[in-house]
Amino acid sequence: MRQHCTLKIGPRIFRIGSDWAAPVRQLRALYADYPMPDDLIAHFTVRLEAARWWRHFLRPSVHINGDHMLPGALPLPLAQGLLAAEMGMNLQLALGERHFLLLHAASAERNGKVLILTGESGSGKSTLAALLGEHGWRLLGDEFVLIDPTTGHAWPFPRPVSLKNASIAVLDAIVPPARFGPLLTGTPKGDIRHLVPNAAALSGMDSPAAPALILFPRFGVPRDVRTMGISEVFIRLTQASTNYVALGEAGFGALTRLVTATPARAIDYPDTMTGLALVEELWSALA
Amino acid sequence: MSAAARLLAALLADPGRVAQVRTEQWPMLLTIARAERLAGTLALRLDGLKLPASVQAALDAARTEAQHNRTTALWESEMARRALGDLGLPVILLKGTAYAAAGLTAGQGRQIGDLDILVPRDRLDTVEAALLKAGWEWVKPDAYDDLYYRRWMHELPPLIHTERDRMIDVHHTILPLTARPKPDAAALIAAAVPLRDGLFALSPTDMVIHAAAHLIADGELDGGMRNLWDIDRLVREFGVNDSHFFTILEVMAQRHGLSAATTRALRLAHALYATPLAAPFRARLSQTDRLFLARILARDCWGRGMNKPFRLGFYIRAHLIRMPLPLLLRHLWIKWRRMG
Repeated sequence: MRQHCTLKIGPRIFRIGSDWAAPVRQLRALYADYPMPDDLIAHFTVRLEAARWWRHFLRPSVHINGDHMLPGALPLPLAQGLLAAEMGMNLQLALGERHFLLLHAASAERNGKVLILTGESGSGKSTLAALLGEHGWRLLGDEFVLIDPTTGHAWPFPRPVSLKNASIAVLDAIVPPARFGPLLTGTPKGDIRHLVPNAAALSGMDSPAAPALILFPRFGVPRDVRTMGISEVFIRLTQASTNYVALGEAGFGALTRLVTATPARAIDYPDTMTGLALVEELWSALA
Repeated sequence: MSAAARLLAALLADPGRVAQVRTEQWPMLLTIARAERLAGTLALRLDGLKLPASVQAALDAARTEAQHNRTTALWESEMARRALGDLGLPVILLKGTAYAAAGLTAGQGRQIGDLDILVPRDRLDTVEAALLKAGWEWVKPDAYDDLYYRRWMHELPPLIHTERDRMIDVHHTILPLTARPKPDAAALIAAAVPLRDGLFALSPTDMVIHAAAHLIADGELDGGMRNLWDIDRLVREFGVNDSHFFTILEVMAQRHGLSAATTRALRLAHALYATPLAAPFRARLSQTDRLFLARILARDCWGRGMNKPFRLGFYIRAHLIRMPLPLLLRHLWIKWRRMG
């Protein structure tokens, strides 16, 4: 394809081709500080394509295709091409990854131990992880945590954090503007702005660590902490995984090991600052 | 025609060439292999060879996927055996599931889709009732489609299992009834060979003929690289040490009215994968063969189908060979009216 680039995020390399220049230009800018891939051999290919040739120019809309595709995925307007590229990369990993057990979760590391935050969209895990990343933690990622079945360790997947709506202002107040991507308005999830993880997160993208705590946050409800049985944790994590079934026995092994070795709590919090304090409190209690 | 697709074919046929693959060629090879559903096959072909780390990781993933796919496919055939095993009729596995169940090299690393089985046409009602009772249900509950399948096609309308969400295609022959060649389904069934668990597979020569019919006489040549790879593996496994193989192949292809399709498929397999062929099948590629080959290899280094008008030509051809023109027009007319 005429426009393309290759990006490395944690242990995976993506080749992104586009029918238009703009999404690739925006990607290059957003990923300017990421380490270059060693061998440039991409694991996954993403294609941002016009459905018909005239749709390059007339009401241009971006179809997200690639090695692995979901039938019936809706196209995005070209103005949201950057989002399309990010979704394309997520999709390749979600559908194509067969080594790591993928959990739809945010994660951060401190003192060589990993905190995993998993929950539905809107639970605040991206915002909490982004804030932790600015407060002495190493951000591993806000979308996927990659569990290595051979070691049990969590690998970073530090894509730019996809901040949505009100959380954009929360991070804008404490992070320099240079680390933000363009504001994307009117997306299917409202306003989105990407936040590039800091230097510690990027330089550490090849360093996995052992999980130490799993939290299931819920935003906008009175503060509460609930212990969970490992069966419940197991089931909820199978629901949070995009490739648990596809990994077969290796997936079962990795998940069993994770839930038996790692304490888990369900946490409810009314606002972001309370949530942050709660996370720190539970983390300190571990030691 | 795409140089990258050719490179994939060359690598499958001769894994030793892996040392000559340049770094920048790998991403396109992986993408084309996935698009042609040959990634698992490539992984097994390159097993044990020295590869860049990213390539090894991608191929390990493809191998895991193929392994999982195989387990699922064989489990699905076991489910069919449990539903149909006591009906006193031969249940013949077709295509990928048959290769895997029979332990053939064609099944190694192969991606397997729906479960395809062949049963005697006069027992279709019994089979259908047994499958419905065992939890399969219609995918397309639509009167016209249903009638269309039952009157003109070589299979029942597709059934899907309520709980496992897997499809089964129940065939009673290997080409639509409306196609010009009329394969001898009774002969296919009579020659079928038993597998360990009481199910059957087609005889080796019929497997090749079926693969050829599927590629040349039925579809629009999508997935042609994999289809020819199946044929290559089958011929190497059964034909190389058996002096009668090609003789029987020739006779049976004629009996099924599929001589032209079979000989063409073998020529194309030879052109792509250097498939060893006996005398009657060895021939230079015709101009038409070259067109077929160009269509089969029309995939660019981003995994996209190349040359839309050319592909459209083969798409139209696929419909014309599946049914006579008046019937095709009637079918399109009905489909078009319902879209409006």
